[in-house]
Amino acid sequence: MHIPDGFLSAPVAVATGVVAVAAIAVAVKVTNKKMGEKQVPMMGVLAAFIFAAQMLNFPVAGGTSGHFIGAALAAILLGPWTTVLILSSVLVVQCLVFQDGGLLALGANITNMGIIAGFSSYYIYKGIDALFQHKKAGTLVGAGVGAWFSVVLASLVCAAELSISGTSPWAIAVPAMGGVHILIGVGEGLITVAVLSLIMAARADLLKLQVA
Amino acid sequence: MKSKWWIIGLSIALLLAVISPIASKFPDGLDRFAEDNNFVDKASEPAFMVVPDYSFPGIDNEATATIVAGLLGTLLLFGFVFGLASMLKSKHEA
Repeated sequence: MHIPDGFLSAPVAVATGVVAVAAIAVAVKVTNKKMGEKQVPMMGVLAAFIFAAQMLNFPVAGGTSGHFIGAALAAILLGPWTTVLILSSVLVVQCLVFQDGGLLALGANITNMGIIAGFSSYYIYKGIDALFQHKKAGTLVGAGVGAWFSVVLASLVCAAELSISGTSPWAIAVPAMGGVHILIGVGEGLITVAVLSLIMAARADLLKLQVA
Repeated sequence: MKSKWWIIGLSIALLLAVISPIASKFPDGLDRFAEDNNFVDKASEPAFMVVPDYSFPGIDNEATATIVAGLLGTLLLFGFVFGLASMLKSKHEA
């Protein structure tokens, strides 16, 4: 879902750029206040894992592929603000080193895949986990559903950015982007649940690192 | 399990980079949408290229070039975010 340069109008690029910079500034402040020694390696490993996993596109319907975003996994393990920092780092490296996602579109990509995906999955996960009274099943159901929504909502915001930019009309962009990401989101949910199950089985204490 | 968990985590990430040539070559959801609606040509060429298309320049074998690019990015992100996190944490404890 990396938007290249050329798809967004200047006002949309600037507006999403301001949103991204503001979110990163808050994220630095919040994590600075709350993060301890234990979270440092988790942040590094998550960034590395998310980058590598994003390379592994999986086929969905009709000659289209999708890839893991990882914001839901990061948000569940460390919280949404830390997720903004991790996904922003991944997106900056992808943009500057690998020319994946445009430089002027970086703010939009951070907004969609970092902020929207991270916060939406976090609160959906929290809600479902509480409904299940924080039992193991609740964690996994919440993670799967939250991860699915993170991809679908990010794709809808992406569609909105393209529409406002005049690149594609709403009536086409919203169903097309939403439709294919309903499928891609299933992959996101499965990967997120699989990784969390593995962590639960091997090192359940690592599920208690959430800071911000 | 007393071995450092994060070494195992980083190893899994590096393993994913090694198998990255098996990734689907189909366009992703956004690229497919752009192709189907004839605006894919609006994408402008990047101003500079470092490791474009996750393929390390100068390596003829396509799979090897992808693996090298993947390992580079994985280690780069581990180092960068580990460093960033250490900085944020140490300020907190100072």
